[in-house]
Amino acid sequence: MSMLRRRKGSAAKKSQNSETQLDENKEKNDNHLQEKLNSNAANLKGNVNCNLKSKSDEKFRKKWNCVDNCCWFIGCICSMWWFLLFLYNAMPASFPQYVTEAITGPMPDPPGVKLAKEGLTVKHPVVFVPGIVTGGLELWEGHSCAEGLFRKRLWGGTFGEIYKRPLCWVEHMSLDNETGLDPPGIKIRPVSGLVAADYFAPGYFVWAVLIANLARIGYEEKNMYMAAYDWRISFQNTEVRDQTLSRIKSNIELMVATSGGKKVVVVPHSMGVLYFLHFMKWVEAPAPMGGGGGSNWCADHIKAVMNIGGPFLGVPKIVSGLFSAEAKDIAVARAIAPGVLDIDVFGFQTLQHVMRMTRSWDSTMSMIPKGGDTVWGGLDWSPEEGHECNAKKPRNNNMQTAGPNNGTGNSTSATGVKYGRMLAFGKDVTDLHSSEIERVDFRGAIKGNNLANITCRDVWTEYHDMGIGGVKAVADYKVYTASSILDLLHFVAPKMMKRGDAHFSHGIADDLDDKKYEHYKYWSNALETKLPMAPDMEIFSMYGVGIPTERAYVYKFSPAAECYIPFKIDTAADGGDDGPCLKGGVYSVDGDETVPVLSAGFMCAKGWRGKTRFNPSGMRTYIREYNHASPATLLEGRGTQSGAHVDIMGNFALIEDIIRVAAGATGEDLGGDQVHSDIFKWSERIKLKL
Amino acid sequence: MGSILRFLKLCVLEPVKSGELYEKKAQIKLDNEKKSFEIPKIEKKDKGLSEEKKRKRRPNKEWRCIDSCCWAIGYICTIWWLLLFMFQCLPGLKVPEPPGTRLKREGLIALHPVVMVPGIVTGGLELWEGRPCSEGLFRRRLWGGSFTEIFRRPMCWLEHLSLDNETGLDPPGIRVRAVPGLVAADYFAPGYFVWAILIENLARIGYEGKNMYMAAYDWRLSFQNTEVRDQTLSRLKSKIELLYVTNGNKKVVVVPHSMGVIYFLHFLKWVEAPPPIGGGGGPGWCAKHIKSIMNIGPAFLGVPKAVGNILSAESKDVAFIRAMAPGLLDSEILGLQTLHHVMRVSRTWDSVISLIPKGGETIWGNLDWSPEEEHVCNSAKKMYQQDFDNNGNNSDSRRLFQVQEPTKYGRIISFGKIVSDLPSSQLQTLASREFMSNNSSSNSNAACKGLWTEYDEMSRENIRIIAENKAYTMKSLLDLLRVIAPKMMKRAEAHFSHGIAENLDDPKYNHYKYWSNPLETKLPDAPDMEIYCSYGVGIPTERSYVYKQSPSGRCNSIPFQIDSAADGSENGCLKGGVFFVDGDESIPVLSAGFMCAKGWRGKTRFNPSGISTYIREYKHKAPANLLEGRGSESGAHVDILGNAALIEDVLRVAAGASGSELGRDRIYSDIMKMSKKINIQL
Repeated sequence: MSMLRRRKGSAAKKSQNSETQLDENKEKNDNHLQEKLNSNAANLKGNVNCNLKSKSDEKFRKKWNCVDNCCWFIGCICSMWWFLLFLYNAMPASFPQYVTEAITGPMPDPPGVKLAKEGLTVKHPVVFVPGIVTGGLELWEGHSCAEGLFRKRLWGGTFGEIYKRPLCWVEHMSLDNETGLDPPGIKIRPVSGLVAADYFAPGYFVWAVLIANLARIGYEEKNMYMAAYDWRISFQNTEVRDQTLSRIKSNIELMVATSGGKKVVVVPHSMGVLYFLHFMKWVEAPAPMGGGGGSNWCADHIKAVMNIGGPFLGVPKIVSGLFSAEAKDIAVARAIAPGVLDIDVFGFQTLQHVMRMTRSWDSTMSMIPKGGDTVWGGLDWSPEEGHECNAKKPRNNNMQTAGPNNGTGNSTSATGVKYGRMLAFGKDVTDLHSSEIERVDFRGAIKGNNLANITCRDVWTEYHDMGIGGVKAVADYKVYTASSILDLLHFVAPKMMKRGDAHFSHGIADDLDDKKYEHYKYWSNALETKLPMAPDMEIFSMYGVGIPTERAYVYKFSPAAECYIPFKIDTAADGGDDGPCLKGGVYSVDGDETVPVLSAGFMCAKGWRGKTRFNPSGMRTYIREYNHASPATLLEGRGTQSGAHVDIMGNFALIEDIIRVAAGATGEDLGGDQVHSDIFKWSERIKLKL
Repeated sequence: MGSILRFLKLCVLEPVKSGELYEKKAQIKLDNEKKSFEIPKIEKKDKGLSEEKKRKRRPNKEWRCIDSCCWAIGYICTIWWLLLFMFQCLPGLKVPEPPGTRLKREGLIALHPVVMVPGIVTGGLELWEGRPCSEGLFRRRLWGGSFTEIFRRPMCWLEHLSLDNETGLDPPGIRVRAVPGLVAADYFAPGYFVWAILIENLARIGYEGKNMYMAAYDWRLSFQNTEVRDQTLSRLKSKIELLYVTNGNKKVVVVPHSMGVIYFLHFLKWVEAPPPIGGGGGPGWCAKHIKSIMNIGPAFLGVPKAVGNILSAESKDVAFIRAMAPGLLDSEILGLQTLHHVMRVSRTWDSVISLIPKGGETIWGNLDWSPEEEHVCNSAKKMYQQDFDNNGNNSDSRRLFQVQEPTKYGRIISFGKIVSDLPSSQLQTLASREFMSNNSSSNSNAACKGLWTEYDEMSRENIRIIAENKAYTMKSLLDLLRVIAPKMMKRAEAHFSHGIAENLDDPKYNHYKYWSNPLETKLPDAPDMEIYCSYGVGIPTERSYVYKQSPSGRCNSIPFQIDSAADGSENGCLKGGVFFVDGDESIPVLSAGFMCAKGWRGKTRFNPSGISTYIREYKHKAPANLLEGRGSESGAHVDILGNAALIEDVLRVAAGASGSELGRDRIYSDIMKMSKKINIQL
């Protein structure tokens, strides 16, 4: 007995538990002795008549009832659990690796180890800029419902609070509708330091693998810096509220100074790419709007910007996110916690709550597709047309490569999918030629006829301000291209877009020397800013390819339009065999699951290639694509060859590239471009003045 | 309880019972089962019944022991969970209102950025590169947090926390670095707050990540080496400048604690000194960027217990390692040599040397004299009584004690209790350096080589001579340390100095080794700056030791140990071989308060610009009951960071108040009187 008890003590995590246990144990031992004596005496008596004993046995057995059985059951489970836990803890740390190697053969050396053997050592300090949703946020001040959460993570980590107090959580994560800053009485701030985004949730790495590999060649806290920022608010507001941009500037200057004048290598990921673009303009702009670093700041402090999965031109899925809160996932939130956004949690209005929350985040608007029809295609053309969507199929299905023509289809086989129509109401509309579509302009439509009833009031999605007329007008317009989507969003969510327009712009500049482009709202748009004058700087665009990525949507009316969001992705719209690009109402294209190749690669492939008006100093650009290969077995976790938007951070080839550059290599040393997709062909089709 | 008893009966007694039964039955040559067969012979009716019973009992017997165990565990767990659940459901115990909330109502709001400088041992350290034995610990905390690795791989842990003997920097292939950010020292271990309460209260009046900064540094290194290896001082400088600029050109309030106080003193000199050894901030840097320095539990003049630690790894605790994990340093874990291992590791830490008492006999007293000699040692309990009683009683007890010979605190180490009382004329005085003469024969044998404590390089003879020298004052103690641990002292004395400057303008004082000694540096030229000395009083604090030679013979034994049998009279200052004095459990009042009380008070040569200084003492009051945890009125060295009065002071200053608005000095101890007794050129 005591053996068991002791094991339990060692295995149980709660040390207090074991302490009290010890006390109890002692107590029991005492009792135990006493009992022994008693029973010895009793035994003598008991011997005289055994009947007595059997009787007491019987009595006892009756007491062994349901409660005891329950206790027994719990005890059994607990002991087993502790035993396993004990075994697990006693297991040497290398055991899982050993098992993996036994099954899949020896693993390749992590790139850090390999390169350390090659003799690479620390040279340039490294700055990480995390993307949207991957950075942790913690509570600094909250309403009474958030008691006890001071400096605990509300975003990132275990997300335990969502389940414990969902409405409180949503309330705290939302920003103010008008200002886009903190609501009164609530302060949520980004976690700082490498811990901000090394792991998003326990076991779900973001930067951790890269950090670990950099450490192998000698990096440590003093020459790595995580530029964590509050990814919910607009870029300029991070400076207004938290002085984040100043902080980044000061840290980069410090690192350059303390590492003997070595320039930094910046590694932004996802939205961080735009954020850093903004930073580069900000830092050279004169104070008070800018950082006052002078026109040589970037040239003096930055060696290379290695953008990972950069949505330079926006992300189509953000449109559906804003429109109906339905994007398959906004980066990883849904992938990680698929249950979180489901109906059960907040009662029946989950999606509305989510929409209300995400619509209060200005930063999402930075990723609305930029460049309008010029980049994303009009009603009848798109740069990606001709893309073959069966890329994902051949793995399980040996379908012929030329899927489209099975006779029945109309002229689609020639033109391919009309990606330019980013939103279409009804599947049939997506295929029709533009002349055949009847459209009714929604812009003048009268909103009104408020159909919101009182119960819906607490959820602010702006949809109940629209009224039936407005909703119908939206659907009647049938087809939206990238530029009309902006109008649509203005129509659907005027308040949000008004806030967003003050901070972001989505057009293409005609004349970059125009004074108006000195305003900060243009800084994060690659098509409306010039790169800094830094001819020695290098820009890399690194992204995964080979995963179908959302590009355009088929929508329908949502049935009960009363309390709900009135539009919905038409998941029944399926291309079938002749249109493999359409699946569940979503047209997909090549990309890294979140960002289409076009958005990630265009600037480096064409917009900034050579000396253009966007890149006046002619800094060199490189495209590094990584073909997606999903992990062979479950044991590999998220794989070392993944091309997915976040998982690519664990891609060994990418990590190797980053380490080489950090240790001093140039883009040429890496081998220049590495292209798997049709990015150059597609870029060619985009007619953009350079 | 009843059911537990029943379980015990079942589990343990049943087998006993049946065993005994068996013996008894053996007399009748019938075992239990046969007897049950016997019974049916007499009564046929019963036969069927009893056989049925037997069938039932078979499975039951197997059921018993293991199942009962399971049952009991389940039972306990269920109750535990139930209690836990109830505890969670309980409405929060009525906590006294935190000072932050109250002050917010008063209208205080965040104004000056706050920089916190943690002390020794309270900052977390994490692994960046290690030997194979530390696999899987990358970026995990080796120091701070749950310390689980000590138990799992103690030798590996020690190896990684040690520094190089020669350089005082990382050993090759090992990189252990300070954890950055507020998390570095908010909690030392789960539930054991250090800065957390202060941070929380600051947050209540509007502070957040952007206007608070934790200047975490690797507290094992010498101060200048933190700059050499990690550029920590540059980082701190840049951070303060950033805080200053981003908060609307508001000067920072610096809150250093314990060793952080002298670290920051070092910084003050470093930042204004010209490069390459300094930060090149120029002479006006401090005046421009720093509003006030609120030293908490400052170890300005060193800590006597550091001596005990170096000599025999035995101080009652270095800060609170031992208090935290009393079992940790005990013999069981690392075999017999725990103390040696600890000594070996801590002797590689240069920073410990920074805590050796400074100022020699002038400050700490000589054989016959010490500034604290009139201290009334009736321990914490009586101290309270004195406060509550009226003056008459107070003077009574004082008279009572003055009858006794005052304690000779000046003898920091004495061998044998008698020696500590003898008048100096009767002491056998060796010339302080005599024992250095015969330093030739080394008695280390091969088996002991594994541990580097430097003791094995000393001869028995030397050790005897050391012990015969009987009493050591601060001056001779430094010589003693140089003999006992020559390598360590050589390394460390390149980084620290423990004297008093004759002439502060001497160019030699431009060297960084003097920067952390307040008696050998001038404060920066910043007349508007304010310096606070905030510390707890009312706790007996180690001041000097009675040593004895440890029973020799064993390989590797540390030759000296505190003579814990040496006990003074009932109310004496001597307890378990240690003389106590007033302080905050780690730092005597003298060390914490002297600089603010006298050394820097007014315009002195140490304080040429006349920076105003304030003493804020906080009387220790142990928490009334266990529910209070570590109490909000504690004066203990680390617990004081949760002291509501101290927090209020910090908050007020951070929100813009000056020392005179706080009410200037706040003194409970005899610090002013003690300081007066110290004759130092000002």
